Amino acid sequence: MTENTKWVDCMSRISAERDRASFAAIFDHFGPRIKAFLIKSGSSVSMAEECTQDVMITLWRKAEMFDPSRASVATWIFTIARNRRIDLLRKERRPEPEELTWGPEADPEPEELLGLQQESMQLVAALATLPDKQRELIQKAYFGDLTHAEIASETGLPLGTIKSRIRLALERLRHNMKRNEI
Amino acid sequence: MTQITHHLDDALLMGYSAGTLPEAFNLVVATHISMCDDCRARLGAFDAVGGAVLEDAGTVTMDTDAAALLDSVGPQKVTPVVSKPRSDIYPQVLMDYLGPDPEQVKWSKLGMGVRQAILKTSNRASVRLLHIPAGCEMPDHGHHGTELTLVLKGAFIDEQDRFARGDIEIATEDDHHKPVADDSGPCICLAATDAPLHFSGIVQRLAQRWARI
Repeated sequence: MTENTKWVDCMSRISAERDRASFAAIFDHFGPRIKAFLIKSGSSVSMAEECTQDVMITLWRKAEMFDPSRASVATWIFTIARNRRIDLLRKERRPEPEELTWGPEADPEPEELLGLQQESMQLVAALATLPDKQRELIQKAYFGDLTHAEIASETGLPLGTIKSRIRLALERLRHNMKRNEI
Repeated sequence: MTQITHHLDDALLMGYSAGTLPEAFNLVVATHISMCDDCRARLGAFDAVGGAVLEDAGTVTMDTDAAALLDSVGPQKVTPVVSKPRSDIYPQVLMDYLGPDPEQVKWSKLGMGVRQAILKTSNRASVRLLHIPAGCEMPDHGHHGTELTLVLKGAFIDEQDRFARGDIEIATEDDHHKPVADDSGPCICLAATDAPLHFSGIVQRLAQRWARI
């Protein structure tokens, strides 16, 4: 089992059985990373601690919203942390597109899920091997140190495959939603 | 879903994913993504970059542990599911900014048949709905900063292209354009800008003062 599918497994156990051990595993790995991420994004240490706790509680409560065919656990956690940061630091609303979910019966195809999870791991590896300057620019963009005008659209990261996989998952999801409506 | 031919660019998607855009831009981006699965998938890829940055951000020890945190969590408040009014024109994320009844949007006249309704967001940028009668011209304006125009109903044409429902036009300082609503009926757009627009005519410049654009 790869690192990423291990987290996916933890998420489904949290969602299905409210499994505290799975939550602890995710907390121990991601908690310190979220906190570091938030401090690098300009939060004070105490606000980063509070914000990370909020993010982990959200993960516990909304575990069933996580869709492994469209995001890794790290990615999903990133989006929760980002929104919480906007809330706390900027006191702004964050408009979000409507959530698309699989509904009670249907689930994504297992091989799609695996592909997406592998792709996400390769992205972490690809980021690590970028030239320092380019990597720093991407980090700066996500830590909120760049304005919209300063963001370079060329990341140097191979995003094509992961995009196609998510697109495919969305098509299946739309198809499924339509079937449920009938 | 309609066929969308004008999409968000990578810089906007990355800014939305990173959470650095002003609220007004976020609203336009989120409204477009509600109508466009291509951009939703591209956003997913940029969110994955955010996930990779998070994995790579280093670690800072937490003050609490998982068990203590779970013990501190009270029973979850059950928020009753309110069925929200739906609209064929305004996606849900935009409806949240319009109030319960989109028929009650408070339009104000902007001259030459054009109407606008300014939506409330943080003041780093502004966003409004524009209602342009068929065949009518938008006032000629140059841009400082970035302007996003998303079509919700009808279509407009400018010197280069036609923009229909779901299409987004991204204009920067260098663009000087003159969009016209086409003959298919009134055109409703969601337009955001991070700088005041600069109109060419004196009457329009005066109008600008009271119309807040």
